[in-house]
Amino acid sequence: MNTVKPAYVRPLDLSKGHVDLGFGAGGRAMAQLISELFMRAFANDFLARGDDGAVLPAPAAGERLVMATDAHVVSPLSYPGGDIGSLSVHGTVNDLAVMGARPLYLAASFILEEGYALAELARIVDSMAAAARAAGVAVVTGDTKVVEQGKGDGVFITTTGVGALPAGRDPGGARARSGDVVLLSGRIGDHGMAIMAQRESLAFDSEIVSDSAPIHGLVEALYAAVPAEAIRVLRDPTRGGLATTLNEIATQSGVGMELDEVAIPVSPQVHAACELLGLDPLYVANEGKLVVLCAPEHAGAALAALRAHPLGAEAARIGCATADPQHFVQLRTALGGRRMVDWIAGEQLPRIC
Amino acid sequence: MKYVDEFRDGTLAAGLARAIAREADRGRDYAFMEFCGGHTHAISRYGVSDLLPANVRMIHGPGCPVCVLPIGRVDMAIRLALARPEVILCTYGDCLRVPASDGLSLLKAKARGADVRMVYSAADALALAAREPAREVVFFAIGFETTTPPTALVLREAAARGLANFSVICNHVLTPPAITAILDSPAAGELGTLHLDGFIGPAHVSTLIGSRPYEAFAARYRKPVVIAGFEPLDVMQAIRMLVRQVNTGRAEVENEFTRAVVRDGNPKAQAIVSEVLELRDEFEWRGLGVLARSALRIRPAFAPWDAEAKFGLDYRPVPDHRACECGAILRGVKKPADCKLFGTVCTPETPMGSCMVSSEGACAAHYNYGRFRDLPAVAADKPVTQAQESA
Repeated sequence: MNTVKPAYVRPLDLSKGHVDLGFGAGGRAMAQLISELFMRAFANDFLARGDDGAVLPAPAAGERLVMATDAHVVSPLSYPGGDIGSLSVHGTVNDLAVMGARPLYLAASFILEEGYALAELARIVDSMAAAARAAGVAVVTGDTKVVEQGKGDGVFITTTGVGALPAGRDPGGARARSGDVVLLSGRIGDHGMAIMAQRESLAFDSEIVSDSAPIHGLVEALYAAVPAEAIRVLRDPTRGGLATTLNEIATQSGVGMELDEVAIPVSPQVHAACELLGLDPLYVANEGKLVVLCAPEHAGAALAALRAHPLGAEAARIGCATADPQHFVQLRTALGGRRMVDWIAGEQLPRIC
Repeated sequence: MKYVDEFRDGTLAAGLARAIAREADRGRDYAFMEFCGGHTHAISRYGVSDLLPANVRMIHGPGCPVCVLPIGRVDMAIRLALARPEVILCTYGDCLRVPASDGLSLLKAKARGADVRMVYSAADALALAAREPAREVVFFAIGFETTTPPTALVLREAAARGLANFSVICNHVLTPPAITAILDSPAAGELGTLHLDGFIGPAHVSTLIGSRPYEAFAARYRKPVVIAGFEPLDVMQAIRMLVRQVNTGRAEVENEFTRAVVRDGNPKAQAIVSEVLELRDEFEWRGLGVLARSALRIRPAFAPWDAEAKFGLDYRPVPDHRACECGAILRGVKKPADCKLFGTVCTPETPMGSCMVSSEGACAAHYNYGRFRDLPAVAADKPVTQAQESA
């Protein structure tokens, strides 16, 4: 008679438990974390195999693969409109989207800090899973490491994504030409200011909600409306904001830019919060916006396509690329003057007066 | 944004621009100095100089608190933060990148292990001291009269609450001695008789000190002063008022910023400041040199909260880089583009001089917002109406 008793594993205490070093040690504790938390949340056949990697189907004929990765270290971990979980999905999905690709799969690496509450971790993982489902991507493989207390910030998440690039699409930062129209999918600065408002040192209440969202739907709408070659550059203006993104494109493409301040949408709340802190919304991060440089003859159709999409209702034509050997991004101010919109120098720091 | 956007209205600006062009005498030039970094920033950020006629020129003044802070004061803070692990050094964001000796700045000292933190107000530093009783919280206080009352308030509160782990390095400076110094220095004196026709007076500083302190100055030097708010339409209206004063031979103190400034300022704030702080005999200003009775120190009654006394800090003056023209630029004698370092080794990413650090500094404002005007031709679809950036 077999006298081996069935192994009993006490379920993870997802309400009161905490991350300990065992969760990263490769033993049963880690296996349990993976099965009870990650596999349950991300449930899919790739993950269910429990192997070291995911076996993915080949792309359709004519399609190429695109790969992108993004590390997320946001503080605080949760903020109005999202958390590090949803952000880690949107960050990489959007990097794929602005390559023109349809995002398909994600790999996720978690660096957890010893002592972090499992209830919080579960909430973040659930949020991440919901964001992945909403974006139509599967988290197919992953990894978990635990660092000692004080050596992390709760949780860091790195996601790597794979997407399929349909034939004919080839947007790139170096492809802008003088005369191209600059389109922006909506108001800027919401993500950065939503996070700023949550920081402990800033005691102001605000209703600013992060714009964190997957933008590949916007990209698809764009490609459905105009010929692929008319879309020269796609970018998501994240860290460093719109100003930094446009300077990157100007440098890569060897063009200048001419923007119209009045045309750039900024919500009154973000405008007010930036005013209080002495910040410029042009340099504040976004997580659900799309910048498009489009051939001028198709700009009208491209703008209409953006506006017809729920994430692009406030899309606007904000300027154009110019011939400028200095690659300066210039702005016609609301007042009627001109100024440069330069690269951000270090972090944006509040002024004193 | 209500009550702010009204002061940035393009249509009103165009109207004011027409009025200035109409009233400015075509037969002469007008050179006005905006003292404050806040005005410098507004002029650059909104492109105000594009709306001025070619014979009205703005010269940036020294009123940027970060820019006039001498290297030796930053060195002092860095030495303290690096030498004593128990110290948390708090300061305003603008201060963090000020270049100090040995290639350091507070931000770089932080990367070397010093506990340096950015705060939004003096009160945040005090609250941190209350939260961290085992640490020594030192607030590196800088600024003109605007930021002085908050520093005085926290010192008073620290004393009242007996918070022994809080102290302040006081670098507060005064506006009137600096304005006087500009006209008294030999190079600027020459500039004054030739080119300096009046001043735009400080906005926030004047809410505290009022308009009265400029009256003796205007009379003695025969220079009009118009106190103006920090919004671009304020600046343009003030320029128009200065043009009118010059045209009619007046040298008066006028107040454009009547929504916030009264003649006697804010007596309550003044009382708090004089309860806690007193005049220093002299203080070194970057660019302007050592000026008598131009800065404040903490009164002996508050010595336990004076970090200079508490930690025995000593001040060692450090000369600027030889090629750095910050001194001449702060006095309005040179423009940023006149400096060999500007835009080459001195950029906002790697500032050599203090004028390149704060966005209120003349060099940083010109670099970030206006350097396209240094090009012989502006490569844009519509040419700039005039390429006479004031920097």
